[in-house]
Amino acid sequence: MEFSELIKTATVESVLLSCAGLPPVRGTLCITSHHLLLSSCPGGDGQPGTMELWLLIRNVDAVEKRVQNLGWYQPPRTNDSPRDTRLAGSSGTITLRCKDLKVLQLEIPGMEECLNIASSIEALSSVDSVMMMYPFFYRPQDLRLEEGWHLFPLEQYFQQIAAQTSQWRLSDLNRDFTTCPTYPADVIVPAAVSDDTLRRAARFRQGGRFPVLSYYHPRNGTVLLRSSQPLTGPNRKRCPEDEVLLGMVLDEGERGFIIDTRSAQAAKQARMTGGGTEPKSSYPQWKRLHRPLERGRPLQESFIKLVEACNDASLSMDRWLSRLESCRWLSHVKAALSTACLAAQCLDREEASVLVHGAEGTDTTLLVTALAQVILDPGCRTVVGFQGLLEREWIEAGHPFHLRCARSAYSHARLKQEAPLFLLFLDCVWQLSRQFPFSLEFGESLLLTLFDNAYASDYGTFLCNNEKERCLCKVKENTHSLWAWLNQPEEKKKYLNPLYSHNPLVIWPSVEPQSIQLWQGLFFRWIRPSQYLDEARAEMQRLVEGNEAPAKESAGSRLSRSLSDPAAWTENER
Amino acid sequence: MEHIRTTKVEQVKLLDRFSTSNKSLTGTLYLTATHLLFIDSSRRETWILHHHIAAVEKLPLTTSGCPLVIQCKNFRIVHFVVPRERDCHDVYNSLLQLSRTAKYEELYAFSYNPKQNESEQVKGWQLIDLAEEYKRMGVPNDYWQLSDANRDYKICETYPRDLYVPRTASKPIIVGSSKFRSKGRFPVLSYYHKDKKAAICRCSQPLSGFSARCLEDEHMLQAISKANPSNRYMYVMDTRPKLNAMANRAAGKGYENEDNYSNIRFQFVGIENIHVMRSSLQKLLEVSGTKGLSVNDFLSGLESSGWLRHIKAVLDAAVFLVKAIAVESASVLVHCSDGWDRTSQVCSLGALLLDSYYRTIKGFMVLIEKDWISFGHKFSDRCCQLDGDPKEISPVFTQFLESVWNLMEQFPQAFEYNEAFLLQIHEHVHSCQFGNFLGNCQKEREELKLKEKTYSLWPFLLDEQKKYQNPLYSPDFSPELTLLEPNTVSFNFKFWRNMYHQFDRSMHPRQSVYDLIMNMSEQNKQLEKDIKELEAKIKQKNGQPDAVLMKEHQQSAHPAPMALKTPPCFKKEQPLIPVNDAVRTIEGSNTADNRYSEFMEEFSKAEPAVVSLEYGVARMTC
Repeated sequence: MEFSELIKTATVESVLLSCAGLPPVRGTLCITSHHLLLSSCPGGDGQPGTMELWLLIRNVDAVEKRVQNLGWYQPPRTNDSPRDTRLAGSSGTITLRCKDLKVLQLEIPGMEECLNIASSIEALSSVDSVMMMYPFFYRPQDLRLEEGWHLFPLEQYFQQIAAQTSQWRLSDLNRDFTTCPTYPADVIVPAAVSDDTLRRAARFRQGGRFPVLSYYHPRNGTVLLRSSQPLTGPNRKRCPEDEVLLGMVLDEGERGFIIDTRSAQAAKQARMTGGGTEPKSSYPQWKRLHRPLERGRPLQESFIKLVEACNDASLSMDRWLSRLESCRWLSHVKAALSTACLAAQCLDREEASVLVHGAEGTDTTLLVTALAQVILDPGCRTVVGFQGLLEREWIEAGHPFHLRCARSAYSHARLKQEAPLFLLFLDCVWQLSRQFPFSLEFGESLLLTLFDNAYASDYGTFLCNNEKERCLCKVKENTHSLWAWLNQPEEKKKYLNPLYSHNPLVIWPSVEPQSIQLWQGLFFRWIRPSQYLDEARAEMQRLVEGNEAPAKESAGSRLSRSLSDPAAWTENER
Repeated sequence: MEHIRTTKVEQVKLLDRFSTSNKSLTGTLYLTATHLLFIDSSRRETWILHHHIAAVEKLPLTTSGCPLVIQCKNFRIVHFVVPRERDCHDVYNSLLQLSRTAKYEELYAFSYNPKQNESEQVKGWQLIDLAEEYKRMGVPNDYWQLSDANRDYKICETYPRDLYVPRTASKPIIVGSSKFRSKGRFPVLSYYHKDKKAAICRCSQPLSGFSARCLEDEHMLQAISKANPSNRYMYVMDTRPKLNAMANRAAGKGYENEDNYSNIRFQFVGIENIHVMRSSLQKLLEVSGTKGLSVNDFLSGLESSGWLRHIKAVLDAAVFLVKAIAVESASVLVHCSDGWDRTSQVCSLGALLLDSYYRTIKGFMVLIEKDWISFGHKFSDRCCQLDGDPKEISPVFTQFLESVWNLMEQFPQAFEYNEAFLLQIHEHVHSCQFGNFLGNCQKEREELKLKEKTYSLWPFLLDEQKKYQNPLYSPDFSPELTLLEPNTVSFNFKFWRNMYHQFDRSMHPRQSVYDLIMNMSEQNKQLEKDIKELEAKIKQKNGQPDAVLMKEHQQSAHPAPMALKTPPCFKKEQPLIPVNDAVRTIEGSNTADNRYSEFMEEFSKAEPAVVSLEYGVARMTC
């Protein structure tokens, strides 16, 4: 496939671009294989310099077009350029709704051009082949390709555990991805369990996702495990190897908890389709707790409804509150946080090991295990530690980013496997950062950047659904890592929380509805003017740094934030 | 003291308001003449001022004792269980008596003695001088003058003595107009905008009925519009819903007929009355006080209480007023029914948006003294200082503070004061500890001789103003008459957790950004001062500045702030008193407090060896 086949009209002149909160700009629109560019005519419209739109087409979630054929003919006056005649004749408006929730409007002179542009963007934005995506073409000068891909080897994480206990080992039984196609090559398993046993246990778990170690709690040696549901089925099948595997985790007389992220009812029903849950009789040391968490389509719909409500500024207070309620997003945030806290509580307070699973073990399971670690482990609350956590618990653990983040909240396409679990995770982390403002080394901006990159990125980090696919596509060889870019000193500075000071304690958040807030920085990022809030943040930073840089600098912070985002406005000083 | 039958009850339990498994602290309850005091087994004290008690309720006897629920006006709710019913009954009766005062002279303010001498007391009362404030606004001037018409409270009992009116409004016009206005509250100046030459005026509703007219009143309004050289049109804002205003016509009251007044633009802005507000707050508190509340129940409760809708209506009205003045340079006359509730809200918020002075600590005190205290907002009735008509109680002033808080959220750098300042004022509006808010109007206050017998709150707040300073306050917002243009779209209004759950510690962020920033900026300032002093000393010693030494000194001094600024945050962040547990937590942050789920019992059942904190305490005290 050639990109050029999809581009029907490559450039259009005199396009008016408007975006909430910024003055409209007129300029030349240009479509390339991966980007939508707009450069303003220098001097035209009295604009100083050239404003450019540099939008990754992958970021476009929905294209809406409206054409106006004005239907009357205006005789061209002598000094009118042909362009102006066409303007008067017909024009079209394209609304681009982006995955990062930004909304752009393009007013395009000429109906045909408008339709061509719209269909080109539509075609280019729905290219589904991973290898055709921009990260495979993006070659920034100051980064090396291999940089950042091997920052967080599981080996290193394992060494930390091995320094404290010999009960766990690193197994590479999945090196060819045959035992479990969605696990990485290496996993941490009980030392006393052989690879053979593991292979058999894997056959008893959906998708081969047998229980593996997710987190070792150094304070008391308890562990957090994750897996997929056992395939008990309607006949209540058992698997001695799986029972041995889980049995090995606990000493004699010890108790463990299984947190099933489905309701008891749903878990029972899953038996009809071959799934199920661990019966008490076969796993006597484990106590099961059901904490239903929403995922899949209902969660995506919740996201869509919330964004819809947020974009409707005309809502009365009553309508707004009732739509905030009916979208249920905050309920999902509360549920995810409470379940993660429950898991953390079991480990830290009840001193009992925990196994978390739902059905496939790639969605709500990861949400709970990753969040529990942020709550428990101060190491995960640093910029680098958080990246390591994402790498281990989301990317390598096989959260299907490609499927889940294919579409965002605006898409009109039929929902397939999209679900904003990763966003829900980021939201929960944001809630923690609000309740413990000094305990996270990073600020809101990192969470926003991660959200943006999970949905559309210049980097390969969030491509594909699992390590197996990443190997097939040679992602690590042919794309740049997001971490390499983020960890450049200049870049990293932008994401730091100026108030951070290492807090070695567990952070137990309040999960009362009164304490859970809507993440305005994300959901209203492009809607509400944030000048005053940004300035306040900059002032805070200034106070903390204790330097006497003039506060005026802060006024440019919004601009510099957009500058850092290649998919947003950039300003060229000519 | 005659009401107190039992001064001390032991083995009383204080239940956690939100715990579903009835977690509690045990301690001793003391009754003093002014306070109820609970000291728990770890010597933590809970003080409750009798005047803060809004309601006391005795619930049916349970096996563990007699439950006593106390609701406070500052939204604290405490739930005691008293072991013996007789003690409970005694405490209950005493509190009923103590929390209901029949006479002003019995209020705390009359017995409160902060160890100030008389001159300090007098100076304290002189701190806020409204004549000075009108001078600051630029009146009297060519258009506005001080009127002595109400010198003896003859024309309007609920207005202050000193009133500013247009120069062209003669005494007969004032008298005539006042007779045509409910409670005699004729149009007077509330705020004068120097730059625009436009005024905010306030009054009560006209006694127009279906057709009555009053020439003097019409002249009065004309005088106001003529007093504004920039725009001869003026707005008349009726802050009531249209339906309410129309209903008032049947009672001989009502609103201005645009045909009878020249050059006015009449506008309803639809803020509900005190009764609607009272029941709205009641509903809000019911919802937020529910145990085991789900997000959806919270949001639907928030919606059905209508509370945020009312806050938005108040702020919307203020924004309308500000637009008229800032954009059209038009004067605005604001009224509601009697002109002391909604009118106070809208006038004061309008002035706060227009004039940066009111966003300073001193300026906010002035604003409250002017638009609330002097113009006769009925603090005594609205806050139920004396035992009176419960239908007069209404959270009108609380709504004002909440509107200000919402503005602070939108403009974090525009206010010199912080949230704690608002909360502290709210506390003292109800505490009756200081004289400022006692009574319903100035006349009443003078009769009570408050300035001799009680103390003013403001000097005390100024003394501890460090606590109330916003470290982010920016000079960009300080120039006179810097306009704030808030966005009143619905999603900008949030539930004010720190007001309604001020005393529910487990709900709040566990680390306070403001405290930290405040400490840091204090430290930075101190260090800069130190550097300057040291530099001066070096200069002195050397007789002349030694360039090399100076340079060296600066280099070594500058990294210091970086290194030294950390201690306060450690101090602040880690008041890590080990709780009953062996495990350290950030204060207020532990699993038991947070009630992630009611698994504690489940755990304990499954594994009796592990006794959780919550369960353990509950058992111990059974």
